[in-house]
Amino acid sequence: MRHVFRRQRRLLLLGGVLAAAMLSAPLLTPSARAAEPIKIGFGMALTGGLAGAGKAALIAMEIWRDDVNAAGGLLGRQVELVYYDDQTNPSTVPGIYTKLMNVDKVDLVVSGYGTNLIAPAMPIMMSRKKLFMGLFGLAANEQFGYSNYFQIMPAGPEPKTDWSLGFFQIAMEQNPKPKTVALVGADAEFARNALDGARENAKAAGLEIVYDNTYPPATTDYTPVVRAIQATGPDVVFIASYPPDSAGMVRAINEVGLKAKLLGGGMVGLQYASLMTKLGPMLNGIVNYDFWVPAPTLNFQGVNEFLAKYQAKAADAGVDPLGYYLPPYAYAYLQVLGQAVNAVGNLDDQKLADYIRANEFDTVVGKVRFGKNGEWAKTRVLQVQYQGVKSDDLEQFTKHGTRAVLYPKEWKYGDLIYPYAQ
Amino acid sequence: MRGAAFWIVAVVIVVAGALGTRLVDNDFIFYASYFVLQFVVLATAWNILGGFTGYVNFGSAAFFAVGAYTSIALDKAFALPLPVLILTGAVASGLIGFGTGYLTLRLRGVYFAIATLALAVVLETLVINWHYVGGATGSYVIPPAEIFFFDTYVEGLFSLMLLLAVAAVAVARYINHSRFGRGLAAIRDDEQAAECMGVPTLKLKLISTTISGGLMGVAGAPYPFFVTYVDPVSAFSLDYAVNAVAMPMIGGTTTWFGPVLGALLLGSLQQWATVTISSELNRLIVGIMLVGFVILAPQGIVGLVRKYLLKARRP
Amino acid sequence: MFTADLLLNAVVAGVLLGGFYAAVSIGLTISFGQLDVVNIAHPAFVVAGSFCVFVLNERFGLDPILLGLFLTLPFFLAGIGLYRVYFTCFERHGEESLRGLAFFFGVMFIVEVLLIMSFGVDYRLVDTGYIGQSIKLGFIGLPYRLLVPFVVSAVVTVGLYLYLSRTFTGRAILAVSQDRLALRLMGANPISIKQIAFGLAVATAAIAGAMLIVIGPVEPSLGRLYIGRVFAIVVLGGMGSIGGTFVAALILGIVESVVGTMFGPSWAPAVAFGFLLLTLAVRPSGLFGR
Repeated sequence: MRHVFRRQRRLLLLGGVLAAAMLSAPLLTPSARAAEPIKIGFGMALTGGLAGAGKAALIAMEIWRDDVNAAGGLLGRQVELVYYDDQTNPSTVPGIYTKLMNVDKVDLVVSGYGTNLIAPAMPIMMSRKKLFMGLFGLAANEQFGYSNYFQIMPAGPEPKTDWSLGFFQIAMEQNPKPKTVALVGADAEFARNALDGARENAKAAGLEIVYDNTYPPATTDYTPVVRAIQATGPDVVFIASYPPDSAGMVRAINEVGLKAKLLGGGMVGLQYASLMTKLGPMLNGIVNYDFWVPAPTLNFQGVNEFLAKYQAKAADAGVDPLGYYLPPYAYAYLQVLGQAVNAVGNLDDQKLADYIRANEFDTVVGKVRFGKNGEWAKTRVLQVQYQGVKSDDLEQFTKHGTRAVLYPKEWKYGDLIYPYAQ
Repeated sequence: MRGAAFWIVAVVIVVAGALGTRLVDNDFIFYASYFVLQFVVLATAWNILGGFTGYVNFGSAAFFAVGAYTSIALDKAFALPLPVLILTGAVASGLIGFGTGYLTLRLRGVYFAIATLALAVVLETLVINWHYVGGATGSYVIPPAEIFFFDTYVEGLFSLMLLLAVAAVAVARYINHSRFGRGLAAIRDDEQAAECMGVPTLKLKLISTTISGGLMGVAGAPYPFFVTYVDPVSAFSLDYAVNAVAMPMIGGTTTWFGPVLGALLLGSLQQWATVTISSELNRLIVGIMLVGFVILAPQGIVGLVRKYLLKARRP
Repeated sequence: MFTADLLLNAVVAGVLLGGFYAAVSIGLTISFGQLDVVNIAHPAFVVAGSFCVFVLNERFGLDPILLGLFLTLPFFLAGIGLYRVYFTCFERHGEESLRGLAFFFGVMFIVEVLLIMSFGVDYRLVDTGYIGQSIKLGFIGLPYRLLVPFVVSAVVTVGLYLYLSRTFTGRAILAVSQDRLALRLMGANPISIKQIAFGLAVATAAIAGAMLIVIGPVEPSLGRLYIGRVFAIVVLGGMGSIGGTFVAALILGIVESVVGTMFGPSWAPAVAFGFLLLTLAVRPSGLFGR
């Protein structure tokens, strides 16, 4: 039966050649080693679970690139963005960043969006001592303690507790003080972290926790969860949820008729245009975190021009048309990088990192200064309350009036309606 | 392929790979190759049960994730070295495979498939609620800076996965050529007839499921060290299950070589697409390839090549 | 306080949810349970239905469920077309289920990607007059958002059951799943019967899709979360039994709801699927299976 073995050997050879061709393809892909443009490389979630925000962030970053290039570039050189889709899959991240650095030879790197897409790149950054700007990674550097990592997310030095600090402060300022709190959220990374922080805040505030549970993200109907919460009769309800469950919870709360004095806190997605317009009046009364709203106190330098440019592009791209949530921060993290490069005068990672650590930056999201672990020195998560929302009207969200800013105090605009009545 | 020739090639591949890490400086190659090799193991493992025995495993991600999470748990508890963690991962996944098999292999194949699906959900829920390994918030695994004589950690991981891939393929090859393998083939072709001929079908199926599960655990055990941050959603992702089915189907399910070919081809294609086309078209490629091969080349590439060579032989 | 009325409400919520699950699964009962076609892409079809309903709802403003009913015809025809392709390519028996499975995995991916390319990855919602309100019968609350799908699902289930047991084509469908030769002897063409059956299965995806987007926000890869549940329900109900599917769906819904209310929602999926595993071990033919 020798001919069979010969054939199999042939197959093996064929397979080997094929494999070698495939594996070497990336090397053969032309990687321009151009001397002129400064290349900034990153992975971004363009498909998968975080793609909605990732695509919006990319638009913002492209606007930054265009703005910088129109003004003459950085250090007199044009800026180029080199990026790949990380598919919201952490296992692609090490490969993407090594390709960017080894093959595409990018000068600077920044992160993708989300903790589970930032963390896998950290060991690589640490071993090469690269400056790494992070976008919305909740406590991503806590385990690594890397000194050249800087996070753009307004959570503050203790991200887990800072997230809900404002919410609980508002709660305890009310008269009569609330006594009981229900904690509920999704079984997923951000929500769990937010709930851990909320639990600590609740204990510090002296509130009794009467309900403390999480639900699987694949839950279809939230009515049982809301009923169970209602059965415990809490004064305050803190919810840490993702867009689909935020919508589900809001609806279930309205259907079951849950009456709490203060409700909301960590609901992702309520900042997105698509959910806000469809949920409409059901949002009224909810106090939730936010990062930027069109209030007169939040008119940072450049933010309105940026948003105008973003909104013009967003309509075609199938992403959030308002862009109040992630895009300004995606613009800001590149702003910090750009300002550092101009100030330091070269692309040396260590010098840039030292400069960033020591200075304050003026960005479209206000003044930014970094503290421990690369987190923001001061927490800046807003707490807003939805008021007077009407149904099916996108315009109302582009002006001030639908979201009263309650926290932090220096940007307060509007007053809390308490208790939350439907 | 004759025994001696195979083993020589195998050893050469492993040694060349390990030494090659000294020559090549570009870590990207190692990350991409690790990904592909991991799928060689996964596809080969799946095929032992799927292609050789004819029982479809829908929940490959569960076995893979069990290997990964066993590593995380034991690394946290005892800081065991990686080779030991691979063994423990294999044992854990193998046990799960045995258990699932024991519950459902007495029935028609389709029930086994559904059971693996259910198993994946149950295990994912368990892991999400298991705070020791991080639960839903995920778990960080800090890899050391270097290992043995390799320059970087990823080179070591790559060499390790190369070794594991060769080992898995050797196991599959052994099964393919052995009496055990012929028993499995009999089960695949016609289980009732095999029973009548005296083949101990239940015992063989259980062994096959255990080996298959165990090897998937082997593929998963080094995963935490590769990616440094593991969360249940990514570890239990449907993509693993689909790839584990697609790669053997594209390569050819009846031989030990088919899954290797399929994994090398589809895995490399996906890695290449990630850093070039880089969009949802990546998923479209997998879908079209799967549909295309299943319709046009049901025996996979191995089948195509065989047909071509057979035709070439005719005068 | 965990009182009786909380428990009762949980059971009722579970029943309503189960009705929805039944609508999603019933198509698979026909294609997988009766025709032995491993249509793992069925949840993806349901999501496609949701998006079609979304588009029509934005354009014409009609009620989503109504739109779902309108869409059954195009989906039915699409189902027939798909079955024709499937049949032409996979005529042989034996390896059919593995290749069929791989084929439908591929189809699932393709459908998902086409949805992403057309609509983007954002969540889509609809808003109707009745979402957000509920009827109260004593202390039992019935949200319209779940009640309406439940009622429609029950009607569809009964309708399908009657169709399959009373009409000639319907009985031919049941027959073809049991004995093809006998069917030929009776003068019916098995292929055209099967294609009608598959078309029906895909048509139910349109209605289920309408319900899906009424109940909650939808994005293109949402179908993946339903694959497990749907197959579990079909198997639990006894493959091919319409009534069994409905009951199994109710059971799953009730288990999820009660466990979620009483013990914590995190454990609901594990309990539901653990229940399935147990059933497979003890009574593999399902509740109403032969």
